[in-house]
Parts: sequence; structure tokens; C-alpha cells
Amino acid sequence: MEINDVILKTVTRIVVFIILTFGIELFLSGHHEPGGGFIGGLVLSSAFVLLYLVHDIETVHNGIPFDFKKIAALGAFLAVGSGIVSVLFGTDFLGQGSRGFDLPIFGETEISSVIVFEAGVALTVVGVVVTIILSISEDV
Amino acid sequence: MIVILAIIFPFFMAFFVPFLYKRVQSKHIGWFVLLVPLLLFILLASFVPSVAGGAHYTYTVQWIDSFGINFTTNLDGLSMIFGLLITGVGSLVILYSIYYLSEREALGRFYVYLLMFMGAMLGVVFSDNVMVLYVFWELTSISSFLLIAFWYHRKQSRYGAKKSMLITVSGGVAMLAGFLMLHTLTGTFSLREMVGEMGSLDTSDPLFYMAMILILLGAFTKSAQFPFHIWLPDAMEAPTPVSAYLHSATMVKAGIYLVARFTPIFGGEAVWFYSITCVGIFTLFWGSFNAVRQTDLKALLAYSTISQLGLIMSLLGIGSMAVSNSNESNLLIFTAATFAGLFHLINHSTFKGALFMVVGIVDHELGTRDIRRLGGLMSFMPLTFTVALIGSFSMAGLPPFNGFLSKEMFFEAVVQLSQLDLISNGAIRVLIPVVAWVASVFTFIYSMIIVFKTFLGMPQSDRVDKEAHEPPVGMLIAPFVLSFLVVGIFIFPNLVGRFLLTPAMAAVFPMHQGLEGLVPHISAWHGVNPQLLMTVGVIVAGSLMYVSFKRWKRVYAIGPLRWNLDALYNFVLLKTENGSNLLTTRYMTGYLRDYFVYIFAFFIAVAVGGLFWIGNLEIDLSKDAAVTVNEYIIIAVMMLAGLSILFAKSRKTAILLNGVLGYSIAILFVVLRAPDLALTQIVVETVTTVLFLLCFYFLPEWKREDTKRTTKLVNGFIAVAVGSIVTILALMVQGDKLFTSISFYFEDAYRLAGGKNIVNTILGDFRAFDTMLEVVVLFIAGIGVFSLIKLKAKKGEKDIGNQ
Repeated sequence: MEINDVILKTVTRIVVFIILTFGIELFLSGHHEPGGGFIGGLVLSSAFVLLYLVHDIETVHNGIPFDFKKIAALGAFLAVGSGIVSVLFGTDFLGQGSRGFDLPIFGETEISSVIVFEAGVALTVVGVVVTIILSISEDV
Repeated sequence: MIVILAIIFPFFMAFFVPFLYKRVQSKHIGWFVLLVPLLLFILLASFVPSVAGGAHYTYTVQWIDSFGINFTTNLDGLSMIFGLLITGVGSLVILYSIYYLSEREALGRFYVYLLMFMGAMLGVVFSDNVMVLYVFWELTSISSFLLIAFWYHRKQSRYGAKKSMLITVSGGVAMLAGFLMLHTLTGTFSLREMVGEMGSLDTSDPLFYMAMILILLGAFTKSAQFPFHIWLPDAMEAPTPVSAYLHSATMVKAGIYLVARFTPIFGGEAVWFYSITCVGIFTLFWGSFNAVRQTDLKALLAYSTISQLGLIMSLLGIGSMAVSNSNESNLLIFTAATFAGLFHLINHSTFKGALFMVVGIVDHELGTRDIRRLGGLMSFMPLTFTVALIGSFSMAGLPPFNGFLSKEMFFEAVVQLSQLDLISNGAIRVLIPVVAWVASVFTFIYSMIIVFKTFLGMPQSDRVDKEAHEPPVGMLIAPFVLSFLVVGIFIFPNLVGRFLLTPAMAAVFPMHQGLEGLVPHISAWHGVNPQLLMTVGVIVAGSLMYVSFKRWKRVYAIGPLRWNLDALYNFVLLKTENGSNLLTTRYMTGYLRDYFVYIFAFFIAVAVGGLFWIGNLEIDLSKDAAVTVNEYIIIAVMMLAGLSILFAKSRKTAILLNGVLGYSIAILFVVLRAPDLALTQIVVETVTTVLFLLCFYFLPEWKREDTKRTTKLVNGFIAVAVGSIVTILALMVQGDKLFTSISFYFEDAYRLAGGKNIVNTILGDFRAFDTMLEVVVLFIAGIGVFSLIKLKAKKGEKDIGNQ
């Protein structure tokens, strides 16, 4: 029997974008406000998991043709790589720096090199969570 | 500085080989790789004159300075010899393998391993810091493992690889312990500083002898000394260029390097002298004795390598007495022995390398190395025959080849040793030269077997699959270069003596700097003396025994001689495997609940033990904040949900109730003003609930379990105990502080790390190293789950079996 899930699908379409935006917001605000790479990554992956729950794997895969294993690998690479890069700049392993910019619309904005490291964390979390859930569900 | 680059360069190139491998035709890749050792050889050779002039080069890169572990390289006479051998023989071997290995082989992998080995081996001989030396030492074991198992589809290759790995790595670990003890004694990890402290060392300290024995274990396992030699014959499963390079010219000599390096520190001690000399002499005998009965040419060469390594080892053992000896005339006897050892080390690399390459050519062209199926190849392969002749006669100690010179010096050393009153036991005094002589007779016999059984006699074309003919010219270049060296060193031995051995002797005996006669003049003819008579005796006895080999062959069937160390090794390995299997299956039941019992029981033991050990159970509630109504409500909900799980009728209800518990905790975090935690808890709870629902499918039916009453009681006890301990610990947190709080450090986060979010500054800055490793672990876990699920053998499919 086909389950009628029109409402779920319609709601998901909107909600996923809210979750994704929220995840990115969390990720970016992590430096000064609650948030950060780990939680941002988790929120992003929960959005993907929701998509996979509502639609079937193939449909989602056509929409977002990422190999989540590679995303996880990229994340781990970024996290470790950012540490090594800082050595090349003569600071300690995993040492970070930041500087402020005065952007036209956003005003005083600060960018910190820790964002690369945090991006690594977030991508690894997304990649691993989705990979695990997908492989278990495909095993059924 | 250049030396550090020389160590890193092979690793660096090894990294690029896979990329090159995709671009160029695979048969050409060897030429690129060949550049590496060739360049390094030229580079090192350019240092020869200045090192011969007494210079030595050190360079330090700071690493773990606080522990005294720095990447310090030291280029002196001793490491120069090894460096030249590694790069020189390395170049020839790579040139040889370009023609030896078919382009269908996984050449990229082969050269990556080979370069990795080269870098590691250079690291071993150039490192001044023993910890760095140890790392490179184990890296040579690992790359040797990979190279032996290059044809990993063969069962024998995997067996040989595992065996060599187990034996050499255990020796390496023993050596590491020895290094640490030496560090305790001397307070330094630097070899040069250790040598500087010799004499002031407290030899009565038990650590001193322990360190000595452990370091010797490392050297003996690596250099295949009795009884650890059993890995070397099995290592012959590697492709022949690898055997020529690792298992005769370089890696197995690392143990000799170690002994020579530590001679200034341990030399002069009776234990050091006796163990090295006796083990060396016995290995010399045992190796040559067993080599004679081999029918596989490569196995024969393996045993012969064992025997020759024993010879070098025993010479270094005799020479070590020079460290403590002050009597000038005796002193020269000992230093001459070390000199002979180092000289033979070079000679052995030349003739044994050439012989391995010859065997490789025979194997390559005829498809067999079994001497029972070979014969009469001289007329088909005259050039190969020439190389074999030069190599074998040099190994047998015949003139006009370099082996003659070092063999004579060896005889001289053992004869003179027996005339000294150093050894009080008369039997040993006589035994050493006798055993050495007998071993040389066997050496003579197997050298003759290589030449005569393979190249003379009747051709047995019906017993080999291929037509015999000369190999491609490229394959002959390397063995010819080596045999030119064999003859060249015989003609100009003092060139080697002056440029290579003089600085090496200075490195081994820094205390005898400038001693007259430290480097003896090598001459082929020094009148009729005992050592010449011994050589003549070897030739006569050896020839007679070679001819009558069939008559005394039965000796090998005598009981004690059939005692097999391999069988012992296999037996121990099998028993260990079975034992650990039995132990593991006993507690790995496959039931999650059992694992929970282990985890919680361990937790209880540690927590209760810890509390009792500290002995300060103080619960102070006075500083705690007042509990609000909201919190009471949430806690009540949580307790209700927790209790209801126990009485849930279906698994779905239980999962949902578990969710209620999780979300309530999140709300509690909100109430307690911890937004980070609350967010994380909510998302984690959501994702795990999804996961749980997925796993639902695989879980067994939810039913009452009929467990024994005692099991129930134990489980109940564990549950209650864990709950109470966590409660007590939580209540104690505010109580007596055992440590000063570290939170003030984080409160200063904005100034220190530039972030206002303290949690994130901890994650991304203060403890970034932890986070990075967690990310890596998470990634590994993800890949683990993926591969366990995707790659598990389907029903009916078999695991990839043994061939």
C-alpha cells in the first residue's frame, strides 16, 4: 500500500531549507555565539537524513549527487591539513590567526583561520552521519 | 643539512611514484626511480675525501626538544660506508630490476616500497638520536615485510613476510627498551653524547648489562644471527633484486652497524665480547653447514649470507676488546679484527650482490633455481658464468678476489686471539679457530656448488622449461659492475682502506684516535704464515669434501642436526594463535548485553577503586544553586520515562520513551542556560532515533528473556551500582576540589583565542589537537561501518583463500 505522505513531502520541502540555513548560521556564528563546526555539521546532516526519510534514496541522490564518504574524507583532510598549513606559516601545529575587515553591508566583520578547521569538523560529521545511515538502510 | 635531505628525498620520491606511474609507461618508471640512489650516491661520494680527512658532519632539526628527541644526522666514516652501500647497491639493484621485473607486475608499488626502504635505511645509519634511529629501524622492517610479500598471492610469501616481521620487530622492541635504559644511564638520546660519556658509565648498574643484551637482541634479530636466523631463508620469497638489496647487502647489515656503533660504549666488556664473538662464530658455522645441503640456489645464498654475517659479527666481537685494552701489541690485534670486519662487510656486499643477481638471471631465463635441474649452463651463458665464478671464488676466499684478503685477515684475527691469554678457558681458545676453519671449508664447498652444479656438467634441457641463453644486456650491467669491484678491491685494497675504512675505524674507536697502525696495510702476500696455510687447507679439504659430498651427505640426517628451529617457531605461533582465539571467543559472546556488563563492571571497579584510593568522600551541597520548579518537573518527566521503559510492551514504545528521556535532558540544558549543549543534545537525539528506527529491522523480537536468577541479580546490582556511583560523583563535583580549577584559563578565552564562545575556543583552539584526532577517529569509524556492511562476504561466498 502506498502511503499518502503529501503533507510530509510538502512540509519537508520548506523545512529542509530552514534547517540547512540554520545549520550554516550555526556553523558561522560559532566563533562568538553558540554553534560551531560540530553542531553545524550535525544540523546539516539531520536535514539530509530528513530528505532521505521522506523521499527514497535514489531521488535524493539525483538531487544531491555527492559521495558522502568523500565529503567525510575531505573534512578529515581539511582538519588535519589546516594544522599542517599553520606549521608552514611558522606558528604551532593547529595554531590559528584572525583579522578584521570592514565590509560595506555587514560592517565590521572578522574572519578567523579557525573556520577552515571548523569546516573540516562539519564536513566530517555530515559525511560520516549520512554514510552510516545510508549504508545501514541500504543493507535492509 | 644535505644528509637530512638525503634521508627525506627517497620518501619524497616514493610519494610521487604513484602519480608518475599513471603518466608514464610502467616499464620506464624504473629509470625515474634509478635517479634517486644515483644522485644520492654521487652526493655522498663527494663527501668521501673530506670525511677521509677526519671531518664529520652533524645537523640538527628540532623535534621534541623537551624530551631530548631531535632529528640529528651524523655523517662520519662508519655511516659513510653504509650510506655508500645503500645508495650504490641500490642503484645497481634498481637498474637490474628494470629488466628483471616484467611490466605486468605492480611496478609502482614495488618502487614505492623500495624507495621507502632506502630512505629508512639511510635514516638508520645517519641518525644520531637513538629514538629516531629506532623509528627508521622499524621502518626498514616494515618495508622489508612489504617487499617480501610483494607477490602476496603466494602463501609462502606471506608466511616469509610475517616471519621476518615478527622476528625483526620483536628484536627492535627489545632494542628500544635497551635504548631507554641507556637513556636512564646517560641522560641523553644522542649517540655521540653517549660515546662521550663512556668510561664514566657505571658498569655495575644492572641496567647497563640489560641494555647491552637488549640492544644485542635487536642487532642479532636484524642481522639473522643464530638462533634468529630462521627468517632469512623464508625471506627469499621476495623478488630476487629485493633479496640482493635488503637481505644480503643492506638491511641485514643494520645489526652489524648497530654493533659497530655501540662498540665505543659497550666494547671492552666481557659479556659484549663473548656474546658477539661466540654467536658470530657459531652462526658462521651453522649457516655454512646448512648452506651445503640446500638445493634451491637462493636458499643456499640465504644460508651463506647468514654465515657471512656471522663472520663479520665475530670479527666485530673480537675487535671490541680494543676499547678497554691498553697493551699496545694486543690492541693492534683487536683493531685489526674490526678492520677486517668492516672490510669484509664491503667485500661481502660486492660478491654476494653479484651472486644474487646471477641466481636471478638463471631463474629469469630458465624458470628454475633448483640445482638438481640445472647444469652445463657455461656454454649458453658465458658472461653470467664469469660473474658467478668471480663471486663464488671471492666468497670461498680465493685469490685474486677481494674475499681472499678479508678471509685471510679473519684467519689472522682468530689465530692471534687464540694465542692471547685473554680467554682463560682453554677449550674455547682452541675451539674458535677450529670452528672458523671448518666453517670456511663448508663455505668453500657451497661456493663450488654454485659454480659447478649450475654452470658445469651436463645440460639438463629436458628438466627445464625454457631454452637457456644470455639475459638482456641491461641485466648484466649491474652484476658486472659488482664483479669489477670484486677484482678491483683485490688489486687496490688500500684505496678502500684509506678512504673508507680509516674514517670508519676512527668512528668505532674514538679513544684510539691517531694510534699508529690503527689502519693496517692490506697486502695479498705476506709470506707463508698460519692464515695462508689455513686457506690452503680449506682448499684441499674443501675440494676433497666437495668430490665426496654424496658419501657424507647422510650427516644431515643425524638426529640433533635435524632439530628444527622453524618447527619450533611454527609450533609457538600456532599455540599462541589458538590460545588467543580460545581466550577471545570466551568473552566475545556476540551479545551486546554481555559487553555492557564488561563496560559497566569495569566502570564500577575503576570509580569505586578511585574513590577509595583518594579516600575523601565529601559531599558539600551548600554551594549548589537552589533547584527551581521547572527543573523538578523536567526531572519528574525523565524519571517517569525512564521507569516506563522497563515496562514497555513493544520495542517502538521503548525507543520513543528513550527519546523522551533525551529531549528532556535537552530541555534541562535550556533551563540551566547551556544553549550549546541543548542544541547538540536535540540534534544528536534526533539522529540517533532515526538510526535506532533503521536498526529496528535487524533486532530480534522483543520478548521476555528467561535468564537465570543469579544473572538477573548480578545485572541488577551492576545497574543500581552504576546509577548510584554517577549520582555520588555528580554530588561530589562541587565538594572538595582535589585539583585547582582550570576553568579560569578558558574564561580568558577572548584574549587568548579571539573567540567569545568559550566552548568553541576550547574545541577549536585550546584543545584543537583533541578535536582533530576526534574528527579523524569519527572518519575512521564511518569508513569502518561502511566497509563492514558493504564488504561483508555474501552468504555462499568464500573468503579469498590461500593459493
